[in-house]
Formats: sequence, C-alpha cells, structure tokens
Amino acid sequence: VPLPKLYYSLESQQCWQWSSVTRRGDAMVEEGDVEEVLGALRACGRLFGALLERGELFVGRLPAEEAVLAGGGSAEEKYRVWMRHRYNDCVGWLGELMGHGAFQVKELSLCTLMKFVELEAEYPLVKVEWKGSFTFPRELLKVVVDGLIPLNEDASLLISRFQEYMEYDDIRYFVMKAVTESIGQVMQKTKERPLPFYQQNIFSLISPINMPNKELDLVKFMVKQDNRQEWKVSKLQAHKQAFERMWLSFLKHKLPTGIYKKVLVILHDSILPYMNEPTLMIDFLTVAYGIGGAISLLALNGLFILIHQHNLEYPDFYKKLYSLLDPSVYHVKYRARFFHLLDLFLSSSHLPAYLVAAFIKRLSRLALTAPPEALLMVIPFICNLFRRHPACKVLVHRPNGPGDLSEDPYIMEQEELSESRALESSLWELQSLQNHYHPDVAKAAAILNLSLSEIEDDISGLLELSASELFDKEVKKSAATVPLEFEQVRGLFGKKNDIFAEHFSLD
Amino acid sequence: MGKAAKKRPKASAPSRGKGSVESAMAIVRSNPFEVKVNRQKFDILGRKTKNDVGLPGVSRSKAIKKRTQTLLKEYKEKEKTNVFKDKRFGEYNTKISPEEKMIRRFTLERQKNYGKKNIYNLNEDEELTHYGQSLAEIEKLNDIVDSDSDTEERGTLSAELTAAHFGGGGGLLRKKASSGQEDEEEEKPKSRKELIEELIAKSKQEKQVRQSQRESALELTEKLDNDWKEIQTLMARKPPKSERKDKEVEKPKPDEYDMIVRELGFEMKAKPSERMKTEEELAKEEQARLQKLEADRLRRMHGIDEQETKKKSSHVSADDLADGFILDKDDRRLLSYKDGKIHIENEEEEEDKEQEEEGEEEEGEEEEEEGEEEEGGKEDSENDQSEEESAAEDEEDVAADNHSDLESDLESEEEAAGNKEEKKDETTGNESQNMEGLDPKMEAAKAELPYTFAVPESYEKFKSLLAGRTIEQQLTILERIQKCNHPSLAVGNKTKLEKLLGFLFDYIGELANLDLPDLKAIDKLILPLYNLCQMFPEAASGSMKFVLRDAAHDMEEAIEVKGRATFPGLDMLIYLKITSLLFPTSDFWHPVVTPAFIYMSQLLTKCRITTLQDVIKGLFICCLFLEYISLSRRFVPELINFLVGVLHISLPRKQAQGYTVVHPFTPLGKNLELLLVCDKKDLESWQKQNLPLSIVTRLKEASRTEVNHIRLSCLALCFDLIKRCAVLYESLPSFHEIMHPVKILLTQHVPVNEYPEKMQEWYHGALKELESKVKHYTPLICEKKKPVPLKQYTPKIVKVLEFGRKQGCTKKEQERKRLIHKHKREFKGAVREIRKDNQFLARMQLSEIMERDSARKRKVKELLSSLATQEGEWKAMKRKKMKN
Repeated sequence: VPLPKLYYSLESQQCWQWSSVTRRGDAMVEEGDVEEVLGALRACGRLFGALLERGELFVGRLPAEEAVLAGGGSAEEKYRVWMRHRYNDCVGWLGELMGHGAFQVKELSLCTLMKFVELEAEYPLVKVEWKGSFTFPRELLKVVVDGLIPLNEDASLLISRFQEYMEYDDIRYFVMKAVTESIGQVMQKTKERPLPFYQQNIFSLISPINMPNKELDLVKFMVKQDNRQEWKVSKLQAHKQAFERMWLSFLKHKLPTGIYKKVLVILHDSILPYMNEPTLMIDFLTVAYGIGGAISLLALNGLFILIHQHNLEYPDFYKKLYSLLDPSVYHVKYRARFFHLLDLFLSSSHLPAYLVAAFIKRLSRLALTAPPEALLMVIPFICNLFRRHPACKVLVHRPNGPGDLSEDPYIMEQEELSESRALESSLWELQSLQNHYHPDVAKAAAILNLSLSEIEDDISGLLELSASELFDKEVKKSAATVPLEFEQVRGLFGKKNDIFAEHFSLD
Repeated sequence: MGKAAKKRPKASAPSRGKGSVESAMAIVRSNPFEVKVNRQKFDILGRKTKNDVGLPGVSRSKAIKKRTQTLLKEYKEKEKTNVFKDKRFGEYNTKISPEEKMIRRFTLERQKNYGKKNIYNLNEDEELTHYGQSLAEIEKLNDIVDSDSDTEERGTLSAELTAAHFGGGGGLLRKKASSGQEDEEEEKPKSRKELIEELIAKSKQEKQVRQSQRESALELTEKLDNDWKEIQTLMARKPPKSERKDKEVEKPKPDEYDMIVRELGFEMKAKPSERMKTEEELAKEEQARLQKLEADRLRRMHGIDEQETKKKSSHVSADDLADGFILDKDDRRLLSYKDGKIHIENEEEEEDKEQEEEGEEEEGEEEEEEGEEEEGGKEDSENDQSEEESAAEDEEDVAADNHSDLESDLESEEEAAGNKEEKKDETTGNESQNMEGLDPKMEAAKAELPYTFAVPESYEKFKSLLAGRTIEQQLTILERIQKCNHPSLAVGNKTKLEKLLGFLFDYIGELANLDLPDLKAIDKLILPLYNLCQMFPEAASGSMKFVLRDAAHDMEEAIEVKGRATFPGLDMLIYLKITSLLFPTSDFWHPVVTPAFIYMSQLLTKCRITTLQDVIKGLFICCLFLEYISLSRRFVPELINFLVGVLHISLPRKQAQGYTVVHPFTPLGKNLELLLVCDKKDLESWQKQNLPLSIVTRLKEASRTEVNHIRLSCLALCFDLIKRCAVLYESLPSFHEIMHPVKILLTQHVPVNEYPEKMQEWYHGALKELESKVKHYTPLICEKKKPVPLKQYTPKIVKVLEFGRKQGCTKKEQERKRLIHKHKREFKGAVREIRKDNQFLARMQLSEIMERDSARKRKVKELLSSLATQEGEWKAMKRKKMKN
C-alpha cells in the first residue's frame, strides 16, 4: 500500500496505531520524500483538526504521559491525555518541517499550523479560569514565528506566504510580541554579532506590517471573542506599544549595512507614525547620522521628522549637514530624497547669509564632478537659494570687488561654515559649467549671467530626473535638418590628429 | 378767395424777406458791438474755420424766438389735458396728393353715411334728376372740372378754412401760421418734384426696356453662335479629314523636321556650362567653401541664433555651395545635382542611347564599357595608395579632393557631385587618359562580379551578396549598387538606398561583433558609409539614433534588473566613433551627437569596471569624448572623474587621500589595482604600444608580461588624456578645481620613480601641462539689465480721416472715437440747451408773477382810489348836508 493512502485511511482507525504513524512521520522528516511528507501533513491536519473540533484533546495543564498511563483513571481520560501528547508531538514535528528543504512542505506545514492556531483559539486547550478571560494559543504562534525566522536561511518566500495572516489584527499583535521575544532570546546568545539571515528574515517579516490608523479599523480578528471590546488586543494603544517594542528591540542590535539602509528608507513612512513615542528613535537616528555616507543621508529624513514634529534639538545640525556634502551626493540613489530635504532645510529665510553661501559654494564645487541629470537639478536649486537669500547674490555679482585674484577665497576643507569665506568668493564653477557638453545644462548655467526672476523654479520635477529620461528626451527631439561633417574621412581613424591613431590599432 | 388773394403776394415775400434778413445781418455784422471774434492761436493751412466770428445777439434772439414758439407753448399748455386731435383723413400724410385726399375723404364720408337711415333725411334714396340726368352726376362733373381748374387754391382754401373754423388750437395752427408762406411755396415744388420724378421714372423705364432688349439680342447672338458652331463643326470636319487622308503620305517629313527644330530649340534652352576654371580659382573656391563651412560650424557650436535659423528654415548644410538654390527638404542632394543637371540628363540620354545600342548591337561593346568601369574600381585602390604616399603634401586637401573626384567620376558621378561638381568636365577629360594607361589584365580577374545590382530587400540578402567577397570586391559591389540605383534614376531608389544605408550600419555592427572583429573591413567601409550619409542625412541620423536608443535601453534594463550595467560590445564603440566621423560633434545641439554624448556619459558613470577590458573600453570612450569636444572645448565632468578613477586603480590598495573617486569606482573594495604593475622586469621591458581594439572583445590568452604591458599602455594613454584635457580646459575659470584631484594623484600618489623612462615622459608631459596653468580668478559680474528703451518719436504716417484728436489708430478705432466724441459733444450741447430752457422758463415764470403782482397792485390802487373817491364823495355829501 502506498504510504499517502495509508495515512488517509488512518483517520478512521484506532488511536493506538497513531504512535507508529507519528514515528514514521518523524522518520520521514529525515528521509525527505516530499510526496509522502505532504500526505502525512494533510492527514495530520485533518485528523487533529477534527479532534480539536470534537474536543477530544485533554484540556488544561498536561500531566506527564507515563504517569497518567500508569496511574488509574478512566480509559477516556487516558486516551485524551495520550492524544494531547500526540498532538504536541505533531506540533513540534510541524515546526521542524518548516525548515524542510522543499517549499511545498514548508508552506503546507505553515498552513496546517495556522489552522491549528485558529482552531485552538476557538476550542482552547487551556482551562478557562474565570468567565470572560481571553485565550489565545500564544505558544503555538511562537512555534510558527520561530519557524518563519530561521537563523541561517533566507525565508522571505515563506514570509510572503505568511503575509495573508498578518492582516488579522490579533495575529499581527501576537506575532509582534513573539518576534520581540525571539529577538531578545536570539540576540542575547549571539552577543552583538550580526546574524545577516536572521535579521534579514525579521526585517522581511516586520517591514511590511501594515498598522491600522484608527481604533475603528481594528475589526478583522481571526478569533471571534464575545466581548471583544474589553480585550487588550482590540486597543490601538496596545498595538502601537507592541510595534514600538518590536522595532526598538530589532534596532537595538547592530545591523548589516543593507538592512540599515532599508530600515532608514521606510523609517519615516511606516515606522515613526505608528510609534507611541517616536522620540525613542533618537538614539538610533543620531548614531545612523553619524555613520556618514549614504546612511547619514537616509537618517536625515527621520531626523527631520523628529526635529520638525517632535521638538528634537540637534546641535550643529547645519554643520553636520554641510559635512554630508561630498561628491557622492550627486551619484547616490537617494539623491532626490536628499535634495528634497536639503531644500526644506535651506528654505528658511532666517538662515545667515554666510551659511547659505557656504552651501551654495560647496554644492557648485561638487557639481564639477556631477552627471548631467544632477546638474540639471542642482542649478535651479542654487538659483532658488539666491532668490531666497538675496544677500548671497554677491557670489554671482560683485561689481566693486577686488580685481583679479590668484586663489579662490573659499576654503573647501574648512568644516566651520562661518570660516569658509564663501561670501568672498564667486561662483566660477557654474561659469565653467556654461561650457558643459549637455546643451540644457549649459543653458541653465547661463542664467546666472542674467538677473534672476523673482519666482522660484519648481525643482520637484527635476529631483527624480534620470539619465535615461534625459537620453529619451534628446532622442525624441526631431530636427528639421541634420548637419553633416564636411571633412571627408577615409577610414575609422582617419581624422586629422586623431587621438585613436596614436593609442589604438585596428588589429 | 380773398384770403387767397391776400396770400398770393406773399408768395414772393421770402425772397424779399430773405433779402431783408440778409441786409439786417450785414448790418449786424458790420456793427462791432454785435460781433464776437474767436481769436485763433495758430493759423493752420487747409483748415476751414466755421466759427471764427460769432454773433451772440443774433443767435440769442433766435434761440429765444424758438423757445417762445415751442417751449413756451408747451409750458402754457402744461396741465391742460384736452388735446386737439386732428382726425381728418391724411391730413399729415404728405404722400397723398391733395386731390386724392379729397376724393378719399369724400368716399369715407359717403361710406359713413351709407346705410344710415337718417330720420331727418326724407328722400335719401331718391335721385334728383334734371333733364333725365342725375343731378348728382352733373354736380360731380362740375366738381371735376372745377378741381381741375384750381387745384391749389382749393387745397389752401380748405386748410385756411379749417384753421378759421377750429380756432387757434394746437401746434397745427402754429405750424400753419408760421409756415403759411412756405406751405404755399411747397405746393409748387411738390408738383414739380413729381414731374421730375415722373421724368426720371420714365427714363428709367426706357432704360430698362433698352437693357432687356440688348440682353435678348445678346442671347440671340449667343444662341446663333452656338448654332453656328454646331454647324461649323459639321462643316469643318469634313474638309480636313479628306485633306488629311491626302496629306498623311506627305506629312512624316515635315514632322521629323519639326522635331529636330524643336529639339534644337530645347537644347538651346539648356544652360550653358560653366567656363572651365583654372587651378587657382578652384583652390580659392575650395578655400572659400571651407571657410564658410567652418564659420557655419562655429555658429552651430555656440548655439546662437538657433531661432534665426529656424525662422529661415533653411539650414545651410555642410556642403552647401551657397548658390542660392535651396529647396525645402533635402537641400544637399538637390543642390549637388542642380548644377550637374545637364550632366545627369546627358548621362541619362547617353545611357538610353547605350541601352538602345545594346538592344540593337552585339554585346561585345558592353563588355568593353564594363571593363572600363572595372578599371576604375581598380584605380580606386591604387589611388588610395598613392594618396597615402602623398599625404605629406602641403595642399593635401585639394589633392585629396581631386583624387576623390577622379575616382568617383569613374565609378559614380553622383557621389562626386556630392563633393564637387565644378571639376566634372575637367576630370572627365582626364578620365579617358587615365583609362588608357590602365592595365587590361585586371579585367579578367574581376570578371565574375556582376555589373548591375538591385538593392537587396532584406538584410539577409544584403549579407549573402557580400558573403565570400574580399573587402575590395565588397566596396565595388556597394558602389555599383549605388550607381545603379541612383535616386535620380527612379522614384523608389531613394528609399532603397536609405535601406542600404541601414544595412550597412547593421553590417558594420556585425563585423565588429565577430570573435575576430574585422576592423580593417570596417575601416574600408567608412568611405561608402560617409558618401551614403552625405546623400541621406535624415536616414543616417535615423539609423544611428535607432542604434543608440537600443543600446541605451539595453543598459537601462540591465540596471533595473541586475542593478548594474556592463560596458557594451565593440560594435557600440565603433558606432560612437563613426558618429564622430559622420556628424559634426561641435554643434551646440545635434540630433545624433547630443544623445551620443549622453549615452557615453552614462557609460562612464553607470558601468562597472571589473576587468582590464572594461578599463580599455572606458579609456576608448574617454578618447571619444575628447575627440567629440576637441573643437568645442566643452566641459565633461565624467571624463575627469573617469581619469581620476583610472589613476586610482593603478595605485596599490589604500585609502584615497585628498581626492574622492565617484561611481563606478570605489575608494575601497573589489576591483582595485586593475592597472597596478609590480613586476620590475615587465616595467623595464615595456614599450609604448598601440592597444589593439580586438582586445576589447577577448583578451588573448596573454602571458602576465603582456597583460602588464597592456596595463602600462593604458596608464600612458591615461596620462596623455590628462594632458589633452589640461590643454582643452585651460580656459575654464575653475580649471584648477576641476583638475585638483588629478593633480593630487599625480603629485602625491603616483609612484613615478618606479615607472620606466618612457612612462615618466608621459607623466611629466601631463604634469607639466597641469602645473603650467596660471591661477586666475576674476569676480563675476552679472550682465546689466538692458534699460527699457525710450519711445522713439519717429513720424508715424496715418491716413487722416478727420481732423482733431481722433487720429492714430485703425479705422475702426477712429470711427469709435469719433462717435464717442460726437456723443460727448451732443451731450454737452443738450445739457446746455436744457439749462437755457430752464433759464428761459424761470424768466417766463418771473415775468408772469411780476405781471400778476402789478395787476394786483393796480387793482388795489383802483380799489383804494375808488374808495377814496367814495369817501370823498360821502364827505362832500356830509359837508353839503352840514352846510345844508
């Protein structure tokens, strides 16, 4: 008889046969014949599901198996206790199977476990001590969560399968608690050594969490409780607290750079708004801001929210911001976000002129290494700064200044903004950019020669500009005529003074 | 009647009255106290002055008179509700003549009384007769006779009568009274008017009649004409036919003659060919042409007057000879054949003739001809060689052009026409000489090549056509295809050749993508490509843009999918190089070159550098950049970034200090030290070598030494590029800031002393160029805003419709202004009139009151006096009594 069929027929059979079945099942975890395991899983799921529904499992604190079997008591009682033990075996077994090699097995065991969770919540295996108390199979869910975040394996596929359960408010709540617990346990052991897979798994589990905005939104529960209103799980406050604790415990430990960036990217949008006290993030953000490079740029966004909405005082903020400006700002992926924030920070008209001038000068100095799409954005940006701070216009218009200089007075290396002597300088960089090869950049830079109009340019559309967009725009332009080279050439390297002829050969 | 008699003398009164008025006016005018002179400030010629002299007294009295006649009347009738209504039929209807009026009134009267049984009228129905005739009729007859005799008087009489009967009421009477005389005068003109009107009507009627007569006559003649024509054709057809039959035998001879004459005539019309030019003239022309083209290029480079050129819509193309004949679309092609028109026509004729001959005669001759062509092909390659030899000559350009003309004349006149037409005649002269001197043996060698080719329909066919041929043969095939399918020969040829251009592009790409890229072949194919491109700039730019777009999209996809891009294959590099050969790279904006620029910039910033090939490709693109900007000296930040990166990877791994490298290079991490050479031996044995391009597709299984040598060559290339950059960017105001990282790398990080001597030369060359530049900064000054120019008072010529302030705009506006002005004036006048009316009324009221008061006083006085007399009488009586 093929094994799967056997399992199906087992459902109606006597319980004593079960010990062998589970043992066989145990053996199969190691053997790993996918089809058979799947069959066993389905059988278990159905059987224990039915048993749970019928209430044939022992309820309450489970006594030791041998003691009960040996001791006196009704046969039915013994059967129940024994069955409960088998059930526990099965759950442990399923938890192990979530680390199985085949995804199908993982998925099915996940689903079976979640089915058990649902049933157990409805027919609790814990004695209800007083009427109206709430029960939820937290241990069972913990097994699931532990299975979802293995230590040395990427489980993102399984996690994405699990996302459908996360829409239930109660499940989400208890998963958050379980995750917090898990992090506490696991990271305690590792002693600050990052576990890339584990943290990656946690991140992919908790980053898509979709928190409710209002208490009224908390309506989708997997377990139907009678007087739900009094249940803790139906309080938004409790959810927020669990959420906050989970993130704080996650961010407390050292993160790999990739996850660091990802966290910072979603921080302002999907973490800070759902925290009870966003100010608790200050430590994390200040550390991130101090790291430098792209991480600092990203931390800026969260910091901005804290400064703006939660009264965070940040000493030497502009100095730090100034030091963030290095050639890479024009090349990194997060350019749009950074310049959007920079625009916000520099939008105040109460900033001193020397500060703005230093920013202008630094931005334009760095623009000498920027790609055209960044230049097209930063030139209007600088023009806007001039409009907001007319005192800085000396940078482009110094009619009574000293004659010719032998050095640029601006000191790029000076970290102190007030001593950078930016106000004594001129924007020769943008003048150089008037010779840029891209016609639009050259035109944009040529605006400096003219007096600026009063209305600010809208740079929001330019922030996201990409090189391929530029290319498409140029290719789509149609010309009435196509000018041609008039010097006839005789070969590939046949031009006059061809550089290629000097350095390359046609071999 | 008496009244009428009274009136009659008055009929002549107006003239007298007028005379008296005039004389009175004259008196008034001469009286200086009555005259008010309006002094004029300026005398303006041509202006008629109406109001220079005013007569205030006269006009005031006139106004008062008028008011008493109108306003005063109304005032007096104020609050008197009964109105006199004149219900007489047609009393005020001037259109009806008085006789008619009377008749109609009479009939109305009769109608009114008809059927009304008047109880007091006893014998209404009875008709009174006299001698058997109705009395009424007799009366009527009499009446008619009467009315005939004195119509006018009757009319006036009745009017008078009515006036007399109904008393003085209403405006009617006033009117009658005031215009009593005029009334009578008007009577007469009216009849005269009628007469005249009648006359006019009559003449009009006559005219109409005449016209209708004429029209009918015209119609008739037309009809006659038509009829005649019909008949004529019938009549005319016959005789010619009969004649023709006779003539048909005779005709052919004069016909031929005519044709010859006509042909001669047409030939005469053909333009005379230009005089053959001397060498100097040609050289001068060539120089002028190049100068013009250069000036044109500069203009495009600075990107000025884009709008202007757009307005003109005629781009002065590179090969324009500026002979003023520009068609909208493809000026180049048209231009190049415009002068050669005669030539081509002749050719066509020749060809036709040839074909005819071929049809008639044996094919041996054809072979000969083709042999000639082949010789040309052979000579082409020979010329190539000879040209290379003579490359050092001073007048290289001119010489080269001469040669090109020679070849192309032999093979494809059309191409040569693209270059220079002037020399056609000359070169054709040479042609025969050259051909004579050629080796006849070569004919046999290439005999297997067909002589005519259709343009291949698909790329596969194109490839199969070229497959298995040597490159020289391929070139010949291409040229023959071009020749056979020249656009001037047939309509569809243009699109066919444009297709060919696309195939050629693809073919070059394929050649470059081979495992062993056939770069020599590509090198040779450039010339036909250039020629085709000169013929079809739009198609060339289209296919090049297509290639670029594909490549750019591929790269974008790679970035999206994998997160990083790799350098493209050799074909793209070749395409980019070809772009610089076909199109002017110095333009401010160019439909092909600008996208190419952006694409190259993307290559330098987005593509990962993981192998030595990547470095070589990157350096190749750097060279391309430099070549692109060699004339325009535009600033390319990516270029400097890349060179810094290349220097960085030539150093041993350590933290970058004093400079920063940007994407795609990383200061730390993988793929560093790609250009680092540590082996002393290799360093010493290195010789500067040209990097073979085939390296790009596959690095040969080279030994370590070779790889090291390539690395060193790359480094040398990098130094050279830095030097060139320094020369190009010297003029940029922030040159030192741009070159700062390079300088730091060169001075502080590069281990010069370890390099071989040759490398040190390169290094010092670059460094010297960098350091020799003086630091020089001038504070920026904005361009001053141009002040808004003052309005110029140049005379503006406007048609004057009316004097006054209503000038200086369109007719419509003028009319409007005129109306507004008129309204204003009328309004003012009306206000004044009303004011005067009020004053007049007030005066009247005052005088009424005064009158009433004085009457009352008088009455009181009378009363008092009567009382006094009464009292006096009474006292007198009393006294009498007392006495008594």
